[in-house]
Amino acid sequence: MIPASFEYVAAATLGEAFGLLKKHPDAKILAGGHSLIPMMKFRVAQPALLIDINKVPDLAYIKEDAKWLKIGALTRESEFENSALIRDKYHLLADAAKMIADPLVRNMATVGGNLAHADPANDHPAVMLAYDAVVVVSGAKGTREVPITKFFTGPFTPDIAHDEILTEIRIPLRKAGDGGCYLKIERKVGDYATAAVGVFVRLGAKGVCEYAGIGLTNLGLMPIKATAACKVLMGGPLSDAKIREAAQLASEAAEPTSDWRGTEEYKRALVKTLTVRALKQAALRAAA
Amino acid sequence: MTTYPISVTINGQVHTGDVPARLLLVHFIRDMAMLTGTHCGCDTTSCGACTIDFNGKPVKSCTLLAVQANGAEITTIEGVAQGGQLHPVQEGFYQCHGLQCGFCTPGMILTSISLLKHNPDPSEDEIRWGISGNLCRCTGYNNIVKSVQYAAMKLAGKQPEVVIINEESTVREMAH
Repeated sequence: MIPASFEYVAAATLGEAFGLLKKHPDAKILAGGHSLIPMMKFRVAQPALLIDINKVPDLAYIKEDAKWLKIGALTRESEFENSALIRDKYHLLADAAKMIADPLVRNMATVGGNLAHADPANDHPAVMLAYDAVVVVSGAKGTREVPITKFFTGPFTPDIAHDEILTEIRIPLRKAGDGGCYLKIERKVGDYATAAVGVFVRLGAKGVCEYAGIGLTNLGLMPIKATAACKVLMGGPLSDAKIREAAQLASEAAEPTSDWRGTEEYKRALVKTLTVRALKQAALRAAA
Repeated sequence: MTTYPISVTINGQVHTGDVPARLLLVHFIRDMAMLTGTHCGCDTTSCGACTIDFNGKPVKSCTLLAVQANGAEITTIEGVAQGGQLHPVQEGFYQCHGLQCGFCTPGMILTSISLLKHNPDPSEDEIRWGISGNLCRCTGYNNIVKSVQYAAMKLAGKQPEVVIINEESTVREMAH
């Protein structure tokens, strides 16, 4: 399959890319291209111009500062697998990254593209919802910080204006008592999730849960944060009863439809089971 | 249609061309550079038959544009053997019957070479995980796993041999 015809520019700087976006209402940004190029082959997307940002310097990094883990939008998924920092301290992200598509795709696919595509079947939206991450969106006039809970405004619709580009993702800096876990059921490597659950907890003194985030993948038209389930967990220790209650609420927060991956009932049951397992694993990691 | 001049180093040799933006890299490699060892299987980023080494990483060349490869260093299956000598991974596939129809083999080999570069002594699970982006419809993967184990042994300076134990082929180090 061959995409429809389009023009191509390899932008050297973000400024050049912003200018091109402003001038061309039908332009799209090409990062890893592993969602966009398949969509173009199927003619689901037919942009008039592709602006390739792969040669823009300084857009791929994983680094910590005093407050955040900062991830450049052009960071490839495989970099998470190779990063000792992510493996040792950001378990939710590490778990999710190795479940995305397959190893070859992960060498090209980017975290920024995964989020900017705003596909509810992508894994990073649920991960970032669980972490309560912040997305940095840049344009000619400067940058905006968008809380992840406000980033997805509709199906496949992120809060990014046409002449803006997602440039960075910020995850709260790891503290003692943090634990996370991502569990995904997929029919085969490379398939979208039948259901997946991302969990992040921050435990304080005596194991009191100060923050809990639960994100759901491919369980509705948009990425879902199971807010009611998170609330139940906060303010006390992660008891078995609380975990069970949260899992029930998470399965109610899911909005699955029956399809070839399973019935609605089956997917809700998966959410419940995966939430219990992920919370228990996250609590273990938080205590370690 | 606008065309774009590109220059790509494939297996150490520079290939140039004027290509439309929509030309996929796999088609540039097969139809313009005439290196037909790289196969195009599913054309939908699933099967990995089109796997090449792109600037040091294995990727699916059906999901890159040829224009993206301007200035890139690429290795295809034709560039794997050196000086008439099979690469240890190729030798492994040969010795362990790691292929039947052979369609997936170029991609399997490029992926396996990269896998062993990053993890010289992989477990069976790690091998299966490493090649999970490459589909084979013939072998059932078992002999591919053995082929990679053979290559790992060879790359570590040991002499592997394939023996039949309990009616199943196994790779082990040759006794001195």
